[in-house]
Amino acid sequence: MNPVLRTILQRLGLGIATLFVVSIIISLTIEMLPGDFARAVLGQSATPETVAAFQREIGLDRSPVVRYFNWISGVLRGDFGESYASAGSLAGHRRLVAEMIGPRLLNTLFLAGAAALIAVPLSLFLGFMAALYRNSFFDRAVNVVSLTSISSPEFFLAYILIMFLAVKFPIFVSLASITPNMPFLDRLHAIALPTLTLVLVIVAHMMRMTRAAIINLLASPYIEMSRLKGARPMQVILRHALPNAWAPIANVIALNLAYLVVGVVVVEVVFTYPGIGQLMVDAVSKRDLPVVQGCALVFAGTYILLNLLADIVTIVSNPRLLHPR
Amino acid sequence: MNETAKSSRGARTKGDVLLEIRNLQIEGESDEVWQPIVRGVDLTLKRGEVLGLIGESGAGKSTIGLAAMGYARGGCRISGGSVVFDGIDLLTASDETRRKLRGTRIAYVAQSAAASFNPAHRLLEQTIEAELREGFRTKAEAEKDAIELYHRLRLPNPEEIGFRYPHQVSGGQLQRAMTAMAMTCRPDLIIFDEPTTALDVTTQVEVLAAIRDIVEQFHTAAIYITHDLAVVAQMADRIKVLRYGKSVEEAPTREMLTSPREEYTRSLWSVRKLGKQEQPGGEPILQVKNVTAAYGNAVRVLSDVTVTVPRGRTVAVVGESGSGKSTLARVITGLLPPIEGQIIFNGKALPRALKERNADTLRRIQMIYQMPDTALNPRQTVYEVIGRPIEFYRGLTGAKKEARISELMKLIEMDDSYVDRFPGELSGGQKQRICIARALAAEPELIICDEVTSALDQIVQEGILQLLMRLQRELGVSYLFITHDIATVRAISDEIVVMFQGRVVQQGPKTQVLSPPHPPYTELLLSSVPEMDPDWLTNLLARRKAQPEAMKAGDR
Amino acid sequence: MTESAHTSDRPVAAAQPLPGRRSRRARVWRVLRKAPPTAWFGLIVIGLYLFVAVGAPWLAPYPESELVGGAFEPWGGQFLLGTDQLGRDMLSRLIYGARNTVGIAFLTTMLSFLLGGGLGLMAAISGGWLDQVLGRAVDVLMSIPQLIFALVLLSILGSSIVNLIVVIAVLDSTRVFRLSRSVAQGVVVMDYVEAARLRGEKLPWIMRREILPNIMPPLVAEFGLRFCFVFLTISALSFLGLGIKPPTADWGSMVRDNAALITYGDVTPLLPAGAIALLTVAVNFVVDWFLHKTSGLRE
Repeated sequence: MNPVLRTILQRLGLGIATLFVVSIIISLTIEMLPGDFARAVLGQSATPETVAAFQREIGLDRSPVVRYFNWISGVLRGDFGESYASAGSLAGHRRLVAEMIGPRLLNTLFLAGAAALIAVPLSLFLGFMAALYRNSFFDRAVNVVSLTSISSPEFFLAYILIMFLAVKFPIFVSLASITPNMPFLDRLHAIALPTLTLVLVIVAHMMRMTRAAIINLLASPYIEMSRLKGARPMQVILRHALPNAWAPIANVIALNLAYLVVGVVVVEVVFTYPGIGQLMVDAVSKRDLPVVQGCALVFAGTYILLNLLADIVTIVSNPRLLHPR
Repeated sequence: MNETAKSSRGARTKGDVLLEIRNLQIEGESDEVWQPIVRGVDLTLKRGEVLGLIGESGAGKSTIGLAAMGYARGGCRISGGSVVFDGIDLLTASDETRRKLRGTRIAYVAQSAAASFNPAHRLLEQTIEAELREGFRTKAEAEKDAIELYHRLRLPNPEEIGFRYPHQVSGGQLQRAMTAMAMTCRPDLIIFDEPTTALDVTTQVEVLAAIRDIVEQFHTAAIYITHDLAVVAQMADRIKVLRYGKSVEEAPTREMLTSPREEYTRSLWSVRKLGKQEQPGGEPILQVKNVTAAYGNAVRVLSDVTVTVPRGRTVAVVGESGSGKSTLARVITGLLPPIEGQIIFNGKALPRALKERNADTLRRIQMIYQMPDTALNPRQTVYEVIGRPIEFYRGLTGAKKEARISELMKLIEMDDSYVDRFPGELSGGQKQRICIARALAAEPELIICDEVTSALDQIVQEGILQLLMRLQRELGVSYLFITHDIATVRAISDEIVVMFQGRVVQQGPKTQVLSPPHPPYTELLLSSVPEMDPDWLTNLLARRKAQPEAMKAGDR
Repeated sequence: MTESAHTSDRPVAAAQPLPGRRSRRARVWRVLRKAPPTAWFGLIVIGLYLFVAVGAPWLAPYPESELVGGAFEPWGGQFLLGTDQLGRDMLSRLIYGARNTVGIAFLTTMLSFLLGGGLGLMAAISGGWLDQVLGRAVDVLMSIPQLIFALVLLSILGSSIVNLIVVIAVLDSTRVFRLSRSVAQGVVVMDYVEAARLRGEKLPWIMRREILPNIMPPLVAEFGLRFCFVFLTISALSFLGLGIKPPTADWGSMVRDNAALITYGDVTPLLPAGAIALLTVAVNFVVDWFLHKTSGLRE
């Protein structure tokens, strides 16, 4: 078989296997539940019958293996189970986890997508410039600013932005509440501050990594050789550095988009944005396990997928694999 | 082209001055302080002339080579002097002027061709890049010319090799392809920066011959940088010896070889003047019997190897990379248990694996490594390095341990005041002496020396070899001496084992192995070792032309 | 036996008036003097935080969690920085927060290093199946974003300080494992380690004497970076209401509790957030300089 295809398939298989193991871990964490868990969820007033019914419902009476296969087969059909919020209150209407996650996932993707669209080109550009003019004033300034930005908790940046851009100068709104039938431009206006917060964090990380990757690349002997062959500075970059830069750059992008997925949690809470991150935080504080597990699986899946994409770019840009001996 | 130019170099016509370097000063930054690397070197090169730059590590020869292109590496700066190439001062010229000269009128051939070719492009694209950029030829013409150059450089499959990627081609071939790349614009000057240092000797002959011919055919001037005087003697019309960034002396090649003025120059081939009187072998201390070994389940690295080391003697194991000589050392020490065969030490079979051997067995076989830099823990003082085996094997502590350390320091001809130093505060030769002391501290019967001199400069090598021979005379220790360098073999061995692709090709007393008739591989290996005679390469090629089958194993 | 040997290790050096030690101190001072202003800034800030954390009971004007005034009292007068949503003194809580938040993050990082560093070294030295198993396990753990995994575990175990420390330390130790394994692997292949093996040295000796001293610089730098990361993660969890619980003063939850003030243009909630940022910036500056110093690479 073609070695590129073979390596990609191997990597794909590894990704699926990882996701499988991760799903097992997420499912088995329930084994670590402390004994008084039902009471913690249902409240102290719950009767022994309700507690027993609840424990049966979440499957604590079945073996972990059976429970896992019930859960995963449901997930594969798009059924993530029911929220505990509906359990216990036996009369209450049943809320499906999948229905809760679906629309919120779209909102989160919208926010993360907007941030990525701004952050990726901007940080690649800044990273390239800092690498090319390294040790210049520009490079040092960018270094200090990005280090400061990385060091700040997301909520610090978020509140500073709110302070200046929503309170002192009310250009944007501090509550990023969006509704399904909102016009597109209003949506953009609503998510301006959360997007900006994410961009600040991601750009700092991504440009630093880009800079390091490019500097590393420019130190290769073949780059010196191209200079000694009289290539123009632009040719050195475009013809000699760039074809070898795809793999490191893809890795930097994937790593940071994965980071974005996590950073979104805090930012959604600050701006009370109806995304999957906020849903998960709510579920964690209510100890609504099916929702937590569903969200965790979605996050982990995204994370694994992004890393997989970066690996595939690395594979298809490697001349050793493309042109075997 | 001018095919008749293949005559001897003496007949070449030298033109007017092409390159003139005056009082060149180059500094390198270390710990935010600029230290001089090159201190006032002058150099003159005429058209069509080949100048050999020779010196040990740190002599500044590569830095000067790059400065001849008006280039300084990162962390270096040219702080004074002038570099005038064909009337243009490269140090004051604009960046654009310099850039236009590079690759077209001054070309560069780097030491590591494998790292210096861009992995993302085919060889042919890289070969013709400069001439296409400057618009000297059309693409079709350039490709045709490149293939012609591949022919002249005797690359196998010249029509197709250009369509390969660098990782698909062997090191010796890449080095020739890089020479072709340098030649495409028919430059006036080529800088060769140790182009054959990373190659095996049998491959080196091919590359040297190819480079020499093409430089002669196109009447190109060249600066040939190397640390190996025998190599430069084949290539250069004139030789300049450098040390610590200064010029030691400069003379036409033959004159330099027959009557060098400076003592330092003579020391550059000091190892070649050593020669141990061969001693007849006695009872064996180590017998490697029919050993076969492999890494993992991969291809066999050693097949049916049998080697005997007589007590108190030196057995040299020679071979090129991939011959399995270092694996042999790993098998003997137990790091790599053999699949088949036995290792018999003092008449008793040793356990195969390191873990199964007791401390006393381990003590009797010691090892000295190629790189003293990696063989000494940078965070341990000499005291700790030498003291540990004394304590570990002999259980000596306190004053007794110190007395023993002091004794060992005397044995390796170093002063006691060094015991508190860290390896970083010692020179390469001193570090290797400490490694020898560490081995001696165990009071071993056999020491395995794995290329112990190949990372050192010539003059330091001589000192280490002298020391090892003296220790053998005084302590009666036996050596298994692994090396690829025939001069070292001549200097130190009593018996020789020649290895090729995991097998023993020949073994016997030194005089017997080194004198004809030889088996074919030994013949190839011995004949490929450059000699101080400037006509060596010419004569060798003539001889091989007469018997073409001797070439086969070398074309890799 | 080896222990006693080490104490008598340097009698030769002791005979002279300790030239090595003095020159080391002088060397440190020389390096410090040449440190860039950012590194100096970082060192001073870290020193200040340590001082505040240690001296919190003496520096704070009020106790940590006593209601001493009305809710949201303004700055100045009795309460230098006002009071929080329950009427506790803001300045005192900020000071105690240095002790709690930084202390917990430090403990967590230590634990993560003991775990990840120890396993990483073992994997690098012994190789084979142990290395394979640990490597695969870490790959899987790292394929789940750390904050998300922490959320899952805390939702199950409930959030207490001990749970928080253990969960974050275990998750973070995967990165320490990777780093210490890879730097140790670089050292393990060195000839001096092989020489020690050939001498017949046992694993603990090789680990402690041959490998550890050579991987300290990257591990120290990594400790700084991991500390920042752990510190930010714990703060984020506290901010989300899932980390350190009241009434313990903690910067992350202080931001959350007082966030409403922002909408009135009051900067008070930014103070604890700023305190977090300032320390992380300081540590990052120092690590940046340290890495630059020890890598020996001039970019």
